[in-house]
Amino acid sequence: MADNPQTPGNPAAGRPLSPHLTIYRWPATMMTSITHRITGVGLAVGILILAWWLIAISTGPDGWNAFHAVMNTPPGLLVLFGIAWALGYHLLSGLRHLAWDLGYGFDKTVAERNSILVFGLSFLIAAGIFVLVWTGHAGYLQ
Amino acid sequence: MSSLQTPLHRVKGLGASHSGTGHFWRERITAAALVPLSLWFLYAVLGLAGTNVVTALRFLAMPWNTLLMAAFVVTSLYHAALGLQVVIDDYVHTAGSKIMLFLLVRFCVIAAGSTCLFALLRIAAF
Repeated sequence: MADNPQTPGNPAAGRPLSPHLTIYRWPATMMTSITHRITGVGLAVGILILAWWLIAISTGPDGWNAFHAVMNTPPGLLVLFGIAWALGYHLLSGLRHLAWDLGYGFDKTVAERNSILVFGLSFLIAAGIFVLVWTGHAGYLQ
Repeated sequence: MSSLQTPLHRVKGLGASHSGTGHFWRERITAAALVPLSLWFLYAVLGLAGTNVVTALRFLAMPWNTLLMAAFVVTSLYHAALGLQVVIDDYVHTAGSKIMLFLLVRFCVIAAGSTCLFALLRIAAF
C-alpha cells in the first residue's frame, strides 16, 4: 500500500508510528486468537439450536421430527459440524487461555506449536463426533 | 489534599471503566465450569443422537441430567454474554450503539435462557 502511514519515510505520517496488525505476516498465534473469538460468537448463536432442540424434545414426537427433518439436510449437517468444531476449538483454545492466566505457555515456540495443535485437534474432535454417529456408535443412551 | 473524594469513594468508583476485574474473573470462572459441563453435554448429545424422543425425554427427565443441562445452558449463556460484551467493547465505539447492543445481548440471553429452562421444566415433569 503506497499511502500506508506506517510505511517508513511516508511524509504523511510525520512522526514515528508503531506497526499495527496489518503490517505483519499472520502467524499461527494470530489465527488462533481471532478464531477463538469467531467460534465464541458462533457458539453463542448456536445456543439457539440447543434451545430449539430442548423445545422439540419437550413438545414430543412432532417437535422431535420437525427438528430432525431440518437438521438432517446438508445445510443442517454443515451447521451441526460447524458447531461441533467450534465447541471443540473453543474448549481447547479456552484451556490455553486458562493456562496463560496461570502464567504457562507464553514461550514463542510453545505458543506456535500449541496453536497448530489446537487447530488439528479441534478438527479431529469434530470429525470424530461425526464418524461415531455415522458408524452407529452414537445413540448409546437408548 | 487536592481531591474532595474520600479514599473509599475513589476505590469504589474504580476509575473511568466503572468496573474492576469482576468481568474478567467471571469469564474465567464460567470458562472453568464449562470444561466439565461441555464434556457432559457432548456425552449426552452423542448418546441421544439417532435415538427417539422418548429416550431423550427419559434421559433429560432424570434429576441429575435435568440439573446438568440447566447448569450447562445457564453457564454457557452467562459466559456468552460476558464474551459478546468484550467483542462489542472492542469494535463498537459510539456510546449509543454500544448500550443498545449490550441491551440486545442481555435481552437475547435472558429470552434464550428462560426458553431453555421452561422446556427443561416441561421435560422434567414428563
